[in-house]
Amino acid sequence: MISIRRELKGAFTIWYRDVLRFSRDRSRILASFGQPLLFLFVFGAGLAPAMTGLGAGQVDFKQFIFPGILGMAVLFTSIFSSVSIVWDREFGFLKEVMVAPVSRTSVALGKVAGGSTVAMFQGILMLIFAPILGIKLTVGQLTALIGLMLLLAAVMTSLGILIAARQRTMEGFHMIMNFILLPLFFLSGAFFPLRGVPLWMEWVSKIDPVTYGIDPLRSVALRESLPAAILQDLTLHSVETNIVVMLAFGVAFLVPAIWLFSKQD
Amino acid sequence: MNVIHVESLTRKFGDFVAVQEVTFDVYENEVFGFLGPNGAGKTTTINMLCTLLRPSGGRAEVNGIDVAVDPHAVRQSIGLIFQDPSLDEQLTGRENLRFHAMLYDVSTDDFRRRSEELLDMVELTDKADDLVRTYSGGMKRRLEISRGLLHRPKVLFLDEPTLGLDPQTRRHIWEYLFRLRDRRGITMFMTTHYMDEAENCDRIAIIDHGQIVALDTPEALKGLVGGDIVTVRTSNNEAAITKLTQLETIETRRGPEGQVIIETAKGDQFIPRMINIFADGGDPLEVHSVNLRRPTLEDVFIKLTGRAIREEEASGKDQMRLRRRMFHR
Repeated sequence: MISIRRELKGAFTIWYRDVLRFSRDRSRILASFGQPLLFLFVFGAGLAPAMTGLGAGQVDFKQFIFPGILGMAVLFTSIFSSVSIVWDREFGFLKEVMVAPVSRTSVALGKVAGGSTVAMFQGILMLIFAPILGIKLTVGQLTALIGLMLLLAAVMTSLGILIAARQRTMEGFHMIMNFILLPLFFLSGAFFPLRGVPLWMEWVSKIDPVTYGIDPLRSVALRESLPAAILQDLTLHSVETNIVVMLAFGVAFLVPAIWLFSKQD
Repeated sequence: MNVIHVESLTRKFGDFVAVQEVTFDVYENEVFGFLGPNGAGKTTTINMLCTLLRPSGGRAEVNGIDVAVDPHAVRQSIGLIFQDPSLDEQLTGRENLRFHAMLYDVSTDDFRRRSEELLDMVELTDKADDLVRTYSGGMKRRLEISRGLLHRPKVLFLDEPTLGLDPQTRRHIWEYLFRLRDRRGITMFMTTHYMDEAENCDRIAIIDHGQIVALDTPEALKGLVGGDIVTVRTSNNEAAITKLTQLETIETRRGPEGQVIIETAKGDQFIPRMINIFADGGDPLEVHSVNLRRPTLEDVFIKLTGRAIREEEASGKDQMRLRRRMFHR
């Protein structure tokens, strides 16, 4: 017998565990600042002189890549937390979850909720650099950014579970990093505008879900800092369009992910 | 009453038959052991009984519920202790128990009462609020045993419960298991490849290449070997075997290191006669060593399968396991 209440309780348990672990693991929170900071200040400072033409010279390169850094924090945290189910399933708590009287669908949904929440928090932590970079953020902008980060996190966690659902060993892990995560990130327009790039790159970036996560983050984050016409040049789509495309990607990842994850051996 | 009823249970992975037409029953309140080498199909069988793997053929009932029909009901009625650790090391012992209670829908009041009682049983009350990361291997196992019992299962499955633990800790774990059986009247189904642990079971099924080759009490199984085991080394083991044909033995064979292994009814009386025969005749043999012992389950296994319990090659998962041990312990 499957009862809805117990399924919800099961999904909640998985979510709660992820959040509890995140809140407890201070060293992980600090460590996860490292990479985005490196990109923001080293990459940002190093490339700034070469990028003076950006937005007719009116755009600070560090400000331009800031939404990309938000996306990066969210993207890496969500993929890591969902791909970690491979390890967790064989040698960890998830093994115990897999034999509990809770359906796999609830387990997968709980995991998506947990991974997304944690990734969203990671993104929120990055927002503290906005004032340092001279980016003004209103309460409305903050709310919108958090919502967009949560959506991106949910899409990427679903992708992570889709990748990890049938994997039994960690051997493919570095391959996932090199062939999925980094290309997704670099082709998303996080570090350079996607207008005027070679045609192949333009097309690849069109099918990159991260593109649609970073584009609206940029529209919203830089709304008060840049003139509308320049911001228009630096972004691709309206926020609404981006949200719709991300939702579509989310469903396209989540449905097969749950199906694969639920398939009994 | 049969707590577990298994009929012609089969599991294939592609062309490989991991478990082949296995049939057995486990009675209420007994400790039932699955003994066999790595790769014999022990874990595959346990995974089918716990609804983690779908059987390719045959059927299995746990607590009267068909594993293929209502896996959720089966899961609610069993407790499971895995071969590999399945605790969240970033959480405290008590938190691990609490998450288990949430997953099995144990009410808060019941959880509070039972967790205290179980933590007390496995002597972890003082450590309950420490992170599991700080626990020793034996403490983790004990916590897992108490966790497996939290929702009052009727059957406890233990897959190699003492794997990777030192002998003293292994003995300790067994003390808990015995106490558990005496106090609560729970049925236990376990797999092991340790012969001495199998001796603790009420009944044992010896499994090899996915098939049950014998099923009985440890004493009855040892009776299959028929008497005592005499091991002898002489100056010429070939000639010794020839000479031994004059004596009444149940079986004579060469051991792995060339020694002669004899099965005989009364070993104490056999040895002097054997020594005399070796000394007689034109070509007397020099006896280097003689050993007399009661048969063990290892002897039963060798007799039934013709091999000692073997180690399989390391699979991808074993390598992960190994790596985990290196980095996490």
